[in-house]
Amino acid sequence: MAVSTQEQTTTMNNVEAVRHTLYEAMKNDDRTVILGEDVGARGNVFLITKDFIEEFGAQRVIDTPIAEASIVGIAIGMAMEGLRPIAEIQFADFIYPAFNQIVGEAAKTRYRSNGEYTCPMVIRTPYGGGVRGALSHSISIEALFYHVPGLKIVAPAFPADIKGLLNAAIDDPDPVLFLEHKKTYRLIKGEVPTGHYTIPLGKANVVRPGTQLTVVSYGLYVHWALDAANALANEGYDVEVIDLRSIRPMDKTTILTSVEKTRKLLIIHEDNKFGGIGAEISAMVAEEALFSLDAPIRRHCAPDVPAMGYAEPLEHEYMSSPTKMADAMRELVRF
Amino acid sequence: MKTDSSVWNREGLSDEQLVTLLRTMLLHRLLEARGFQLNRQGKIPFASAGEGHEAVQAGAALAFTRGKDIFFPYYRDVGLNLGIGLSPYEVMLSLFGRAADHSGGRQFPHHYASRALGIATISSIIAAQLSHAVGAAYAMQLRGERDRAVLTTFGDGCTSEGEWHESLNFAAVHRLPVVFLCENNQWAISTPLQHQMAQPDIWRRAEGYGIPGRSVDGFDPIACYAAVREAFDRARSGGGPTLVEAKCYRYLAHTTDDDDRTYRSREEVAAARQHDPVPNFEQLLIDRGLLSAASATALKAAILNEINEATDRAEAMPYPAAEELYARVTADAHEPWRSSSPPHSI
Amino acid sequence: MAKSAPPAREGLDKRGLTDEQLRAIFRNMLLQRALDNRGFQLNRQGKVPFALGSEGHEALQAGAAMAFSRGNDILAPYYRDLGLALGIGLSPYEILLSIFARAADHNGGRQFPNHYSSKRAGVMSFSSILAAHIPHAVGAAYAMKLRGEKNRAVLVTCGDGTTSEGEWHESMNFAAIHKLPVVMLVENNEWAISTPLDKQMGQPEIWKRAAGYGMPGVRFNGFDPIETYAVVKNALDRAHRGEGPSLIEGVCYRFLAHSTDDNDLTYRTKEEVTEHRKDDPVPGFERILTGAGVMTVADVEAMKKDVLRETNEATDHAAAMPYPVASDLYTHVYEGAYQPWL
Repeated sequence: MAVSTQEQTTTMNNVEAVRHTLYEAMKNDDRTVILGEDVGARGNVFLITKDFIEEFGAQRVIDTPIAEASIVGIAIGMAMEGLRPIAEIQFADFIYPAFNQIVGEAAKTRYRSNGEYTCPMVIRTPYGGGVRGALSHSISIEALFYHVPGLKIVAPAFPADIKGLLNAAIDDPDPVLFLEHKKTYRLIKGEVPTGHYTIPLGKANVVRPGTQLTVVSYGLYVHWALDAANALANEGYDVEVIDLRSIRPMDKTTILTSVEKTRKLLIIHEDNKFGGIGAEISAMVAEEALFSLDAPIRRHCAPDVPAMGYAEPLEHEYMSSPTKMADAMRELVRF
Repeated sequence: MKTDSSVWNREGLSDEQLVTLLRTMLLHRLLEARGFQLNRQGKIPFASAGEGHEAVQAGAALAFTRGKDIFFPYYRDVGLNLGIGLSPYEVMLSLFGRAADHSGGRQFPHHYASRALGIATISSIIAAQLSHAVGAAYAMQLRGERDRAVLTTFGDGCTSEGEWHESLNFAAVHRLPVVFLCENNQWAISTPLQHQMAQPDIWRRAEGYGIPGRSVDGFDPIACYAAVREAFDRARSGGGPTLVEAKCYRYLAHTTDDDDRTYRSREEVAAARQHDPVPNFEQLLIDRGLLSAASATALKAAILNEINEATDRAEAMPYPAAEELYARVTADAHEPWRSSSPPHSI
Repeated sequence: MAKSAPPAREGLDKRGLTDEQLRAIFRNMLLQRALDNRGFQLNRQGKVPFALGSEGHEALQAGAAMAFSRGNDILAPYYRDLGLALGIGLSPYEILLSIFARAADHNGGRQFPNHYSSKRAGVMSFSSILAAHIPHAVGAAYAMKLRGEKNRAVLVTCGDGTTSEGEWHESMNFAAIHKLPVVMLVENNEWAISTPLDKQMGQPEIWKRAAGYGMPGVRFNGFDPIETYAVVKNALDRAHRGEGPSLIEGVCYRFLAHSTDDNDLTYRTKEEVTEHRKDDPVPGFERILTGAGVMTVADVEAMKKDVLRETNEATDHAAAMPYPVASDLYTHVYEGAYQPWL
């Protein structure tokens, strides 16, 4: 992170970090527009854009009709015509009607026009469970999109990373899907430098150094993995935790450097296992560093069911926990 | 709703049916009040309400033929579901997320489904149910089931979705037996009608699809019954789909997670309260001699009693077991990886 | 209003068009037909794998293009808009580069033929996915309005089948709410591949949907280039003045199969096509111009010769150009070098 140590910081939670960064982007560049459902008068259902409409006007903070395909499609047209749109999908679960616009249009605009047209835009959306959101307010969507060249995908876990990566996403010349774990919105607090800075997309972060096991995760589960790793330290186990931060592009160097040191790899994600992000990481490590491994690669992911249910036991069963993660880590360290 | 007219158009409804309308409206209102109470008491994480939709939903439910018609609701249809036969206990099971709930506690509250009653399963995704409704109507038409039709409902915001358009268009092409009932409550969470569409009469879109469209006072349960009934009659007689727009109002915030003071004035809500359909219809029935003030009070007491019983009974029921998370993913036992027997020669 | 060949008459109502503009419209129509024929010819000769014709759309597209303000307006076309592309400034050579998929094509030979785009000419890039470009047009119009650019508008086109797509509806609704400078031009040729209008919609007049969105709707004879010009000009003028979007429906006909990969006699009769051919707008407009004295028969013959010459030259020129090289597959995925793993 390109931040000088003398720099002032402010304590923020994740929702405040998103809000602060969007606010600066709106203030610093009048090409920036925000469009989505309830982003204006209501200021977004999590109050992320509260009062933006008063300050920046209804023309730049656009309350759209309930029409997700066109929210993304209109943002694409704006981007092609020189604006810097930030489209919001109210909940990640609502993104499916916009699938073609993201996968078929935004990701291919530069490619199909041989570089003559581009699509510099950000699609922000809150995802993830553990909030009693049931089938339609809990989903992880990243695996459905990370297969697609032309898209970039970011899923930060910490307030300072949110600011740096959202700034980078806004500056990026290509479409970026920016995923915000909604359970971390008010749960996670941290120090955020007050000045402008960016964090490069595709750069992971070692959030806890260790020697016996590499844990790779992103989003809410980074925090739980840290809790688990800290708990295991009391048992004498030394676990390294990597926060991916970016899902596409992904940081190969950080993962391989760590795996070559610890010789064991556990991938943890909230999304289900089959065809998930962990599958790609496993394959890459198997291709590049098989003979550095002292144990099989393990994935600790959600069960292979369509969604978490509303009733508390169903959600609890779906979600992992620091305890379940510690169990998975302990087993692999001892392998 | 006008209660002062000397000529009373009952639309052929019997005294008993009119009292049923009121009963459904009262049950709707009191049951939802209970949901908000339970949320404030910390007993359930979420509730939402259709306050202001009581008249349109009770009226539409009365036009629905149980055992024949199929209903594809949206998530603000407690009154309609009650009116076509869902019990307060079933509503409470949904709110509490209990194992005995129709979805086994999987779905968000108010996402009822009951095959026995003809209520289809829905998601929270706006407009997704409309194409399902059209497909069900196509099945009825294909099988030549003359006396059946599909009712599907949605809010004003839903009309902006592409799938809304695709569904109306397809139903019109094939003249399918569907009733599209828009419960226009003027607000889509925080988005008022004028930010949802450039002209406020949703029924006027019908002409573009080549189907009849009509507008009705959504605070008048009798008029709503008549409008939906007429649309059902058309559908059942092979006359194709109808778009009915009932203009009503959303008195409460979108859900318990929303604060509507951030985007609309108290004055606006208070002005709409002047036309509250529930006390108005109660007064109408009293004025017309169908009900005494005392019997109205008794009716409410009986409903409250029913709600109390339903609440206690549902709350006492168990949650689903954790292993229920894995059940009914596909028809067979669900495993993404298959272990096949080793290949062998014949 | 049904489509029909306008009668040839003295005292032609030129709707403000000069004789020179009328001749330019006619030349565009001839060029469309010549290039379409050339595409089909090249396909039959095995020189290109695919071609798609706009025959029947010539009048509509040449008229609409004449109303387009080059350098100001933006065109968001669909894949049957050869005449619009030509009329607003793409050359026959550029068209043939697309058909031959050569490296010098705007898209570097990546896109299917007829998917023209050109920043220079103001043509937006689009895919083959029906209606996907309409929200893009609306977004571009929003950008113009936000920046206060008066006298600019977006002309977006589609066929009748595309009006059934959800994104068509979402885009019309959004454009109406924000009174955006966008003109939705539907080229209703009565066929969506094999699907006729009555399987596409419950009533056949698309312009009638405009009232439901709160915007003006107009239907016009798409075989009449002068009427088309007047309707499109009026709609663009409204948009330029800040009066918002319009839905305009030009009724024409698709004379050919959907593409070289389609056989239309599997779903419609030869008689139907022959019947519509009687109103063919290309010879129809020729009769009008010669009848009104805008062109002599000799002028017409000379113009046809010139169009053929230009088509031949463009064909030879494009055919001689190189294909993209294999390594071009990997460029322009993102800005800069592309690696999924860093």
